[in-house]
Amino acid sequence: MTQPLPERVLIWDRVDENRRSTIVFFVLFALLVAGFFAAVSVFIALYAGVAEDDLLPVAIRIAIAALLVATALGAIMYFAASAAVLSVGGAHEVTKEEEPELYRVVENLCIGAGLPMPRVHVVEDSAPNAFATGRDPATAHVAVTRGLLTKLDKRELEGVIAHELSHIGNYDVRLMTLVAVAVGLIVMVTDVMLRFTWYGAGARSGNRGKGGGAAGAIILVVALLFIVLAPVLAGLLRMALSRQREYLADASGALLCRNPEALADALEKIAADPEPLETANKGTAHMYIYNPLRDHQSFLNNLFSTHPPIEERVRLLRAMA
Amino acid sequence: MTAVIIIVVAVAVIALIGFVLVGMYNGLVRSRNRVSEAWSGIDVQLRRRASLVPNLVETVKGYAEHERETFEEVTRARSMVEQAGGAGEAAGANNMLTQALRHLFAVAENYPELKASDNFRQLQTELSDIEEKIAFARQFYNQNVLSYNNGIQTLPSVIIARNFGFTAAEFFEAEEEAREEVRVDFTGQE
Repeated sequence: MTQPLPERVLIWDRVDENRRSTIVFFVLFALLVAGFFAAVSVFIALYAGVAEDDLLPVAIRIAIAALLVATALGAIMYFAASAAVLSVGGAHEVTKEEEPELYRVVENLCIGAGLPMPRVHVVEDSAPNAFATGRDPATAHVAVTRGLLTKLDKRELEGVIAHELSHIGNYDVRLMTLVAVAVGLIVMVTDVMLRFTWYGAGARSGNRGKGGGAAGAIILVVALLFIVLAPVLAGLLRMALSRQREYLADASGALLCRNPEALADALEKIAADPEPLETANKGTAHMYIYNPLRDHQSFLNNLFSTHPPIEERVRLLRAMA
Repeated sequence: MTAVIIIVVAVAVIALIGFVLVGMYNGLVRSRNRVSEAWSGIDVQLRRRASLVPNLVETVKGYAEHERETFEEVTRARSMVEQAGGAGEAAGANNMLTQALRHLFAVAENYPELKASDNFRQLQTELSDIEEKIAFARQFYNQNVLSYNNGIQTLPSVIIARNFGFTAAEFFEAEEEAREEVRVDFTGQE
């Protein structure tokens, strides 16, 4: 551990990969939003009694419009995402005078990583956890909960901050933040639509009985399917992005703070804490150093989990020490 | 006809080699610039530390005027840090200053009034923080030196390095135990 390690090469590869993934993300997001709007509008049109023959052209036109909306939305997201994630996460910025210990740890590790100083935030919640966000290292933010500051000792805190700074250094934060906002939007819209669907279905069977016909029914089924699938797709996208990233951030974080054992201890403490984090939700869960939602182990949760199992992370870190 | 083809191919090959060489040269320059930027990160902290020393010595003198030798040791190490040229020399001087300061803080243990003084405690916190910052800056600097030195000593870029006067950068060596001990001393953990 005392030898300097040639990790820079690896970092540049990661940065390139993240740049490519960000582009892929934007394309997928635009398609998803467009498809989603098209499906929803078909459903609404059908419900409003538009003739079946007119449905397809209407759907195509709406899909194109939705694609434009999605592009604009993506551009807004790109610049507003960090602020949104911070505000949803309940983080407030702190100065060096308010939190000298935390500030020093961040400063020192930034010097070690050759990163500019990010803005530092605290979430007033007793569950220990942390996340980072931003578009690039120059616009980055690091947020930790009050619980993290009170429950971890200094070297464990260093481990956690080093993990977060690694996410910043290799541009993980940009992609993770965008995914958080995208998933948040999709989950929100779908929740609303699902409610609509139940009312709609009730009203339909009451008013129109057997009306609609085979073609209408198929389109309706497709629309419903899409409404159900959109959040699942979003979840899969987010999951695929974040599991490998955690292992990598653990490894380069451990190199940065030169103390894999401390990060392993910190992860164990965080995982052992029974409190869920009030300010985390499905959209932002993957941004935290450890899953803040506290779902219990089961096949399904494991399949959809945003974080690799804690035992595995701790084992790999201890193997480094 | 064949002559034309041969000329075209030759020109293309030469152009290609030229591009590769320019790319390598630029890579080395970038790498060397990273090293000097990382060095300035260490330099800033060394200067900050040196500038705190007179203040610290004055504070300690107020309570423990008989420890002249310790003060001289610290002041000597400080001026060595300020005059050092190059990473190797600076590292040596810095290690001496670390030793001297450790000695001074050990002496301070015998003066309860000094230990209780706000000014002294603040200086102590600040110095231990700077010490940690130097350790992290050193880590970043040495990483950059390693990748630069690898660049100028391995094929094929070694050819460029030889011809354009790229010389190996010095590592900033610190006694490893120094850092360990400082951590235990001031954080009170482990």
